[in-house]
Amino acid sequence: MSALTFTLKQKLQQSINCSALTPDNLVGKTAAEIGSIKLISGKHQLTVADIFDINGNDTQQLCFNNASAGLDYIGANMASGNITIEGDTGAYLGSGMKSGDIHCKGNSAAFAASSMRGGLLTIDGNTGDFLGAGAEGSRKGMLGGTVIVKGNAGDRAGDQMRRGLILIEGNAGDYCGSRMIAGTIGVLGNLGVYTAFNMHRGTLLLKEQPQLHATIQDCGTHTLPFLNLLFKSFSKYNTRFSTLNSLRVQRFVGDTAYSGNGEILILST
Amino acid sequence: MLLNGIQIDDTFAEAFNMRGTRVIITAQNLKWAYHAANAMTGFATSVIGCGVEAGIEREMTAEETPDGRPGVSILMFAMGSKVLMQQLETRMGQCILTCPTAAAFAGIESEDMISLGKHLRYFGDGFQTSKLIAGKRYWRIPVMDGEFLTEETTGMVRTIGGGNFLILATSQPAALAAAETAIEAMKLLPNVIMPFPGGVVRSGSKVGSKYKTMFASTNDAFCPTLKGVTNSELSPEIESVMEIVIDGLTFDDIALSMKAGIEAICALGTNSGVKRISAGNYGGKLGPHLFKLHDILKSSGL
Repeated sequence: MSALTFTLKQKLQQSINCSALTPDNLVGKTAAEIGSIKLISGKHQLTVADIFDINGNDTQQLCFNNASAGLDYIGANMASGNITIEGDTGAYLGSGMKSGDIHCKGNSAAFAASSMRGGLLTIDGNTGDFLGAGAEGSRKGMLGGTVIVKGNAGDRAGDQMRRGLILIEGNAGDYCGSRMIAGTIGVLGNLGVYTAFNMHRGTLLLKEQPQLHATIQDCGTHTLPFLNLLFKSFSKYNTRFSTLNSLRVQRFVGDTAYSGNGEILILST
Repeated sequence: MLLNGIQIDDTFAEAFNMRGTRVIITAQNLKWAYHAANAMTGFATSVIGCGVEAGIEREMTAEETPDGRPGVSILMFAMGSKVLMQQLETRMGQCILTCPTAAAFAGIESEDMISLGKHLRYFGDGFQTSKLIAGKRYWRIPVMDGEFLTEETTGMVRTIGGGNFLILATSQPAALAAAETAIEAMKLLPNVIMPFPGGVVRSGSKVGSKYKTMFASTNDAFCPTLKGVTNSELSPEIESVMEIVIDGLTFDDIALSMKAGIEAICALGTNSGVKRISAGNYGGKLGPHLFKLHDILKSSGL
């Protein structure tokens, strides 16, 4: 069996909601049935066959070829299987994802991994704002799972994040970890302003110290054995975070304006 | 049955069901891991008076432990789940939380997970932090030396306690030396502990007593100073008896441990002063698990 491949036929005029194309939804369906699935594009309905050339038959291994930023909601709410994206994706990549594996080889737009609950999402390029934040209407962000971004992330990464792990190998924008409730965000590059704004709990693990606002308090430099557990958990992923080994960190706590007990750990070089 | 000239009685050790758990204790170095583990397993020789029976199972290298520091694993056994949970929490709070640099982790997985640091976290007075790492929940509690790190729960499993054998020798030093040899051999095996001081107990007991308030009393049949006044099990040349008690995760773990201990003693030969090996047989009053000495020694691999 070969991976079920969707190759985008032409440049999109409007974005397409691809949430129907997940391994769970396609299991047991024939190529004809898959081709006739309706997808929403703006106020129109198109079929999968109108938009994609379809090849392969393994519904547990999906591949989007020639993908572009017009493809929204790829892997949304998926609960099993793998999706590989050759190219860029639109917004809401892996939104509400429960399990499985998504690998985007290009960039993704905003709200990637929003309200994600489990599984692994890897983005080789950059991602937009609100990575791992709450999807529309949700009061809580990411609830579990792991996100690895090899490039940069936009603003508000981990906004209202509740649980899980976000690893950003590049830079992150403003308000990283804002309103964070729990979970762990790691950033190896630089950050914008207002990091951990209104942070409640959780951990920001940073390589570079950002400019911190007044209500984030310095608690000194310490050796924290729990980091060993965290680093061990990184080792199973293909990421530069798996090379971290220093337990020595400068610990900032906040956001005290919110009676927050979140922590920003700056790794000692 | 004779093994290298030492008589093995045709009898059995009688053991009973217990609940048990394993905890991995790590620290900055082995010295402090042992301080913590010795405190945690202190006053835990017999459920009769201590609530639990506990001991150090083995040392663990930094590569084997969850947090990459050297440590030891301990096993803890109780007659019921309630007592085990109470004792574990109390000992965690007084012995591990208090010990410099010590941390505690689950050493066994089970459907029944019991609190390790779940309630201890409130010592953090609101400053405690939870981390869910690779599916396991840990608590970080700020303390004066830095942070106390503990896993939230550990597994509770059905186990067996009270496996034993008796060493009958011509003198007290000979009986003790043989017991020490047995303990050294038995410590090499996993999943068992010998909870008494140095692994050896000299006050073996029988069920019941002439006093109504006592449910266990001295095993007079094996007391050498009572040979003439009681229904003694001892022949004239026996002057001292030592007992080794074993708690283990499974029947086979205990049987293997008993076999290793008895064979180590018999390897010493009769010149060591050891004349007989027997076992605590209470006629079926104590428990359902019977460790028949002859069967254990005849089996090759269990």
